[in-house]
Amino acid sequence: MNNAAHFPLLSLILFTPLAGAILLLFVNKRSENAIRWIANIFAAAGFLASLPLWFWYDTKSPAWQFVEKLPWIPSIGAQYFLGVDGFSVLLILLTTMMGVIAVLSSWTAITTRVKEYYVFLLVLQTGMIGAFVSLDFLLFFLFWEVMLVPMYFLIGIWGSDRRLYSAIKFFLYTLAGSVVMLLGILAIYFSYHTMTGVWTFDVTEFQRFNLDRNLQWWVFLAFFLGFAIKVPMFPFHTWLPDAHTDAPTAGSVILAAVLLKMGTYGFIRFSLPILPDASREFVPMIAVLSIIGIVYGALVAMAQRDWKRLVAYSSVSHMALVMLGMFALNPAGLKGSIIQQLNHGISTGALFLIVGIVYERRHTRMISEYTGLSSVMPVYAAVFMFMMLSSIGLPGLNGFVGEFLILQGVFVVSKAWAAVAATGIVLGAAYMLWLYQRTMFGTVENPKNEKLPDLNLREVATFVPLMIMALWIGLYPKPFLDFLDTSVGAVVARVSPQYSGQAVTKQADCPENVAVNKFVLAGCETPAAAPAAPPPPGNVQPAPGSTPPPATPLKTTGGQ
Amino acid sequence: MDNLQAIMPMLIVTLAAAATMLAESFRLKDERMPLGGLGLIGLVGAAAASILLWNRNTTSFGVVQSDNFALFINFVLVAVGILTILLSSQVIDREELPAGEYYSLVLFSIAGMMLMAAATDLLLIFLALEVMSLAVYVLTGIRRTDAAGTEAAFKYFLLGAFSSAFFLYGVAFTYAIVHSTRLEAVALAVAGRSDVSGPLTWLAVGLLLVGFAFKVSAVPFHMWTPDAYEGAPTVVTGFMSTGVKAAAFAAFVRVFLSSFEPLRGEWVTVLSWIAVATMVVGTVVGVAQSNVKRMLAYSSIAHAGYLLVGIIAGNASGKSAILFYLLAYALTNVGAFGVTALLATRERPRGDLADFAGLWHSRPVMAALMTIFLLSLGGFPPTAGFVAKWYVFGAAVQEQLYGLAIIGVLTSVVSVFYYLRIVVLMYMTDSRAEYEPPRLTATGLATLGVAAATVFYLGVLPARVIELATRSIDTIF
Repeated sequence: MNNAAHFPLLSLILFTPLAGAILLLFVNKRSENAIRWIANIFAAAGFLASLPLWFWYDTKSPAWQFVEKLPWIPSIGAQYFLGVDGFSVLLILLTTMMGVIAVLSSWTAITTRVKEYYVFLLVLQTGMIGAFVSLDFLLFFLFWEVMLVPMYFLIGIWGSDRRLYSAIKFFLYTLAGSVVMLLGILAIYFSYHTMTGVWTFDVTEFQRFNLDRNLQWWVFLAFFLGFAIKVPMFPFHTWLPDAHTDAPTAGSVILAAVLLKMGTYGFIRFSLPILPDASREFVPMIAVLSIIGIVYGALVAMAQRDWKRLVAYSSVSHMALVMLGMFALNPAGLKGSIIQQLNHGISTGALFLIVGIVYERRHTRMISEYTGLSSVMPVYAAVFMFMMLSSIGLPGLNGFVGEFLILQGVFVVSKAWAAVAATGIVLGAAYMLWLYQRTMFGTVENPKNEKLPDLNLREVATFVPLMIMALWIGLYPKPFLDFLDTSVGAVVARVSPQYSGQAVTKQADCPENVAVNKFVLAGCETPAAAPAAPPPPGNVQPAPGSTPPPATPLKTTGGQ
Repeated sequence: MDNLQAIMPMLIVTLAAAATMLAESFRLKDERMPLGGLGLIGLVGAAAASILLWNRNTTSFGVVQSDNFALFINFVLVAVGILTILLSSQVIDREELPAGEYYSLVLFSIAGMMLMAAATDLLLIFLALEVMSLAVYVLTGIRRTDAAGTEAAFKYFLLGAFSSAFFLYGVAFTYAIVHSTRLEAVALAVAGRSDVSGPLTWLAVGLLLVGFAFKVSAVPFHMWTPDAYEGAPTVVTGFMSTGVKAAAFAAFVRVFLSSFEPLRGEWVTVLSWIAVATMVVGTVVGVAQSNVKRMLAYSSIAHAGYLLVGIIAGNASGKSAILFYLLAYALTNVGAFGVTALLATRERPRGDLADFAGLWHSRPVMAALMTIFLLSLGGFPPTAGFVAKWYVFGAAVQEQLYGLAIIGVLTSVVSVFYYLRIVVLMYMTDSRAEYEPPRLTATGLATLGVAAATVFYLGVLPARVIELATRSIDTIF
């Protein structure tokens, strides 16, 4: 672990939005333009602060980087422990970029209670970044929960139609999942203490630790509930269409681009490396749920009459593909899964912005209200075309790279799964193209649409970075994939060691890294270690069904 | 003099109460006196005495032990008392309550609570319980012209008297078994004898359990809670929902986790079911309430359930979790009731949920404060309520009480639903035109602001207080 910069860069990235939020509290709420400027400046500052991660992150080193470690609650072993690997760097950059876009896109869309709106948006930003940089499980959980509150307010106050229903549904669904996850965290915490005598929430320690298989199974279920609701996986997806549809545009953008990634991030960061045995056992279940999600999400999207709801269901389908690639549990599948997470953030975020633009002008999202927009809004139609093609995975744009890698990874595991997943992708093309055809082509039949203004400069500015990213990942994904080598290698070494030998030797020179990283070490030395390999001697468990009664030094009174 | 050391905090509070009463009797009609100030001085004095007694583990008369456990509860009670007194002044003016009697009753009950937490003799615990309860009964009905208040006081008094009788019976049966009411004698007797288990023991433990369950409002002995909480003046509700609970839980822990610990097998199953019922009833019935005070009453029942989980876990982290929980809950709940109290007017003293509609438009600061307290009650990070719940359920997971922990976290999710209802009303509904909530006074703002800041402090940097709580339980167990 290192912090090459010797500078609390992660804290700076983390707290810049929060500082903006606190500053906004002291601004008179009537000076709305000042508020907008401050919010935009702080969002942009947050993005600029995160840029050094791209340049200074050492993609060759498998260690956690930019580490900051301070005691937080020493008596229980909780630390203020931040650090990133390539995977979290990409997600942080996605978050800060989408933060700028979301704040910028709200300039004219939000006209009531402007100050509170930006405060919540900026606090949300801090919560999301915090979840991606925390390497202390309790700290992670804190940020994970903190995200809920501002999002709840964003949907509930600035949302449309059934906003109260959607906000509460979103809140309770996610909360129910996360409290069960908290119990899982506690189970690991106590189990770790029983084995080692150390109280800690250090994720990097947990990732090296071999938990009892039976306990792994239960903890995996607990984590699964928390993360699967967030992703959201079928059948836990029902909150998503409501929340997306009723959230304000920026809320939908953030929700799609970043919040959903919390679930997949959780799986890759925690479930797979901490619970490798259970992860392997759950592959069939997750694969089946994902495949159902891919096809079901696409079919339901096709049947939608509400533009935003259609995009929301397309999210269900795309995120299910991300999950399927992840649980192929091999380097290609995992890399594809992560790249596809970025892609989904970029293209679905953009699609929500696109809906938001006509919604702001017309205050309806019904697809049937719009026809022939390409003749009145040519620039808009071009942007939509670009983003739609990126979403359906046209070669040369970002979606293709992710989908290809995922299918490659899944194909190795099961040809049948890959076949069904490919069908889902075709369905995805169908509903998106049909949507484009219905809204953009033909003649303008609705007189209200005749005078719609095309994109203005600010609106174009929100799309430009997304289009650049889509092209960049589509044409030259190597820099992004390089970021993932070591982190995916570490996960694979834990969860399917049979791949890691080849993955690691191909991508990094083993002996050099041996001293630095134990994950890679495991992969190098025992490339053939089968999943059934017994845990190290110190951690052998007497019997499934019970960890030994905790004989903690703190315990002084007799048990039952 | 040595004998007086350990009771110094209670003594100071009692003196302050007596001084307040005297001052009131010398007060001319229509003369304004800062009677609350006397109470504040007394409470600060008690806190200072508690600080001086810290780590000294002093004993008075063999029946009062000011160990760190009791002193920690003293700090909680002092915090509750100070917040209550500061919030009360506005309410006393508005409702024309008798100030002298009001303040001295608050102080007397605090003295009783402190004594209850420090007493090491079952009879003295009973006496302290009565000192505390009688004062609180009167406070509940202090609005004499108000029918609801009087009814609430009457109900509370009758059921409270019942529970006291149960408790006293329990003490009597305990005496019959072990021939002493001293806690350490009880502990020695039940630990050393194998024949203690039997019908008589069940009766003794069961009756004591019922007595405590009444006071902490655990299901099925919670019937009085919603009525009493709703009828009492809102500030008093905040006071009794936190102070009484802290004192009762302190004695509960002392009796059941030290003296009756060897008999754990006899009571733990019953208590587990009580805890489950308390958590479930508290949250599920709370959902259906249309009055904020009743809703918070059910929420306080649910919180009693979470605290019981700490007792059932019974390990070191469970005990210190109870202390931390009591502190977090006290600050939060006094705050939530405080906002409700300051929002009420003479015409609308009841705290209908509808009164919160659109509060954000008219009184944004109050809405924000209420939101913080509600999030803390719901156990949301980064507030004190989260750390408290995390700590209690952590203790349960440590003892592999997964069932209790799961029920605990799921009921907290349900409870968030009704806390959010208030938030929805405040932020996402339009206000009703005919109702203009009163302005927040400077004192009110400062008091609630400090409470909210502390709630955040305990949520973000709980390390110091957790350490204090951990050290507090070393001395007695």
